[in-house]
Amino acid sequence: MTQANPTVVAKRRLTGLDIQEILLRGRAFIALIVLIVVFSLLNSTFLTPANIVIMAKHVAINAILGIGMTFVILTGGIDLSVGSLVGLAAMIAGGLINEGLVLPMFGVIVYFHVWAIILISLLVGALLGAINGLIITRFNVAPFIATLGMLYAARGLALLRSNGNTFPNLVGRPELGNTGFPILGSGEFLSVNYSIWLMIIFAAVAAFVAAKTPFGRQVYAIGGNERAAELSGVRVKRVKTIVYMISGFCAAMVGLIIASQLVAAHPATGTFFELNAIAAVVLGGTSLSGGRGSIGGTIIGAFVIGVLGDGLIGLGVSSFWQQVIKGAVIVLAVIIDQVQVRMQERAALQRQQQAV
Amino acid sequence: MTVATTNSPAEAETVTALPPDEIIMRAVGMTKLFPGTVALDHVDFNVYRGKVNVLVGENGAGKSTLMKILAGVYQPTEGQLLLEGQPVTIKNPLDAARQGIGIIYQEMNLFPNLNVMENIFMAREMTNGRLVIDKKAQIAQTEALLQRLRQSIKPDDLVADLRIGQQQIVEIAKALAQDARILIMDEPTSALSTAEVEVLFEVINDLKANGVSVIYISHKLDELLQIGDYVTVLRDGRLVDEKPAGQIDVSWIIEQMVGRNPASLFQGRDHEVGDALLRVEDLTLPRVGGGYTVDHVSFTLRQGEILGIYGLMGAGRSELFECLAGVRQGATGRVWLDGEEVTAGTVDGRIKLGMYLVPEDRQRDGLVQTMSVADNMLLPSLRQYLNRFVLSRKKEKEAVTKSIKNLSVKVANPNQLITSLSGGNQQKVVVAKSLLTSPKVLLLDEPSRGIDVAAKSEIFEIMSRLAGEGYGILFISSELKEILAMSDRILVMSKGQITGEFAKATATEEDLVAASAVGHGLANYKNGNGGNSHDPS
Repeated sequence: MTQANPTVVAKRRLTGLDIQEILLRGRAFIALIVLIVVFSLLNSTFLTPANIVIMAKHVAINAILGIGMTFVILTGGIDLSVGSLVGLAAMIAGGLINEGLVLPMFGVIVYFHVWAIILISLLVGALLGAINGLIITRFNVAPFIATLGMLYAARGLALLRSNGNTFPNLVGRPELGNTGFPILGSGEFLSVNYSIWLMIIFAAVAAFVAAKTPFGRQVYAIGGNERAAELSGVRVKRVKTIVYMISGFCAAMVGLIIASQLVAAHPATGTFFELNAIAAVVLGGTSLSGGRGSIGGTIIGAFVIGVLGDGLIGLGVSSFWQQVIKGAVIVLAVIIDQVQVRMQERAALQRQQQAV
Repeated sequence: MTVATTNSPAEAETVTALPPDEIIMRAVGMTKLFPGTVALDHVDFNVYRGKVNVLVGENGAGKSTLMKILAGVYQPTEGQLLLEGQPVTIKNPLDAARQGIGIIYQEMNLFPNLNVMENIFMAREMTNGRLVIDKKAQIAQTEALLQRLRQSIKPDDLVADLRIGQQQIVEIAKALAQDARILIMDEPTSALSTAEVEVLFEVINDLKANGVSVIYISHKLDELLQIGDYVTVLRDGRLVDEKPAGQIDVSWIIEQMVGRNPASLFQGRDHEVGDALLRVEDLTLPRVGGGYTVDHVSFTLRQGEILGIYGLMGAGRSELFECLAGVRQGATGRVWLDGEEVTAGTVDGRIKLGMYLVPEDRQRDGLVQTMSVADNMLLPSLRQYLNRFVLSRKKEKEAVTKSIKNLSVKVANPNQLITSLSGGNQQKVVVAKSLLTSPKVLLLDEPSRGIDVAAKSEIFEIMSRLAGEGYGILFISSELKEILAMSDRILVMSKGQITGEFAKATATEEDLVAASAVGHGLANYKNGNGGNSHDPS
């Protein structure tokens, strides 16, 4: 019975703080709506269906990368290698389509079916992610360093694959049975592009995994307090490794989408994409120190970046200014993130003081 | 049920009866809240000019917090500091130094990669014309300081190369170099040899003669009476009493520190003790750099038994628990649970077998601060709430509701952040976590540390009940009264070894203290029965 009183008091007194907290938490969504309203007022073609489709395709790229990155950042890590993995996955797929797998010891060249090529590329992405994870967990290398190494190494491998050249015209040859790759980038279902469907599927699965499975809960726990998680029986090394595998897998998916959209694989594909992905995650309210954040937030963050970029282009803002604005927005988001942490602490202390 | 006298600060009457020593600094009504705990609760503290002002209390009594407020590290939630009668705010450690307050921290704050001189003058470098460090002057002053402390350390010795005791001396030299009016020493002797302690005491007497006021914190009670002029006792974040050192003795201090007899608050209930549940043989954890942190430890725990483990800080008790819980790789020895030899070496594996560690440091090791009460509770036992691959909200909720009721955790809503609970309730959540994994053996490391008296007795109540239900409970405590009241049997550790085993009926505080000092060569306590007389075997 004494229990009820302090909570009632707390509720009444904390309304102001609560509203501030809600506004802060929903900041990415609010920012997105503001952006859309402003751009559609300034630019009449901004909300036309054609423009929306283009924007959504751009968003899908950052969103899928951001989904993998969210898991990594939730554990308190970072994955700088995703941009390079995008390029490498594209080159692997392009190479397998145009040149096949050369096996000199048997004197044969194996051409895989497109489905197998997609699968191989995705597996390579996950495998390189696993290498990231193993270096981080088994050799105690900081995630920043380990994935920075992978950033260079994977980009180098992508360049080596073709000696720096592009694999053009990835349509396959009917006689080899490997046609159909461009459909991934250009195909539509219910007149919505496949890449957008993939974003939706990836987001739904990831949100489900994060919220509803022991794995997701353990990811949050590791980011919140790794030692406490370990003492609670969480297999920290395994979970962390899987998280980097997910990120590598998502990166490979993006590489395939881009190669398919362009019907060509270029080894520089995906350069700096890791930064967009990190930006989407951070804008979505996921804390870089780990433990706090959500997939939904990342999707909104990806939309903010996409809408901001395409909106500024639509207004004819110079691409140099675009970069300045993007940079400012990202830093601002982190500043607000810090404010939110401090406010939550203050609110918790206040509740406690009232309870004493 | 608590005794009324414990809370009334009797400071006013006791002070007036004395020759009027001058108060240089005064803390009035100091309160400090941390998420989940009340570290200080309206504490008054006087610092007398040119005296050694001793502050004692058990771990978690609030001594270090109070000192950190005086040194500007923390800001008080409430309360006022008076320096020379004037209200002051001390904004940060630099500000404290400017106002003449120096502090030697319990945990050392030296830069191992820099040399002694650089450490002593860190952030206060002597300069030629503001920009260039005047190395000559610094070396001269460092040499003078080290000479005063009678040390053979050279100013350009790298701190990393010094012994811990020598590092402590450097820390002291650093504080001396600041010409502090008030010098706070937080357990300065914990790493010093007897000879070094003698030197330190001479330096302190020197300082006193020069009008420096010393605030001195230590757990070594006989040492306190030797060096102290005034003794202030804190308990559970509250002021208990302040007295001139001449009027008191060790037993008075213990009484004030421990307060009401804990035995009257929580009494181990009588319960059946069954068959052997956990058998440990030759458990050994090598220490980096030679020796053993856990030194060939063997014992047996029975079903329904509460086995207390007593010892000083660093005796290897927590490490023993960590070995049992699978945290420490590199531990050797054999463990049987329920007659089966334990082969799993990971935390996860041991939890599955039924051994769960409730760690000593709740904040650092026990809880995920970013998660809710419910999520924290369920973390180790998530597999139980699955419908195929999906966590079932219904099953989760059932488990949480049951646990909250079972342990009477006071929480308005299980989805609120764990940090919004009081320390005692957080501790109950950590215990609840362990129980949800259906353990057989619970390893409770200082389960009562830093929580208030009522919560303590509740935790002990829970322990008794669990033992009654057939759990085997190993529990570490540094509080003699607690361990004597709660345990069916007590093991004492010192330097990684078991140095004593006592049955509940025959154990006394003196026995435990003596056994915990084996191998330390410390001054024996008054009754003089330190030594090896209690070796088990």
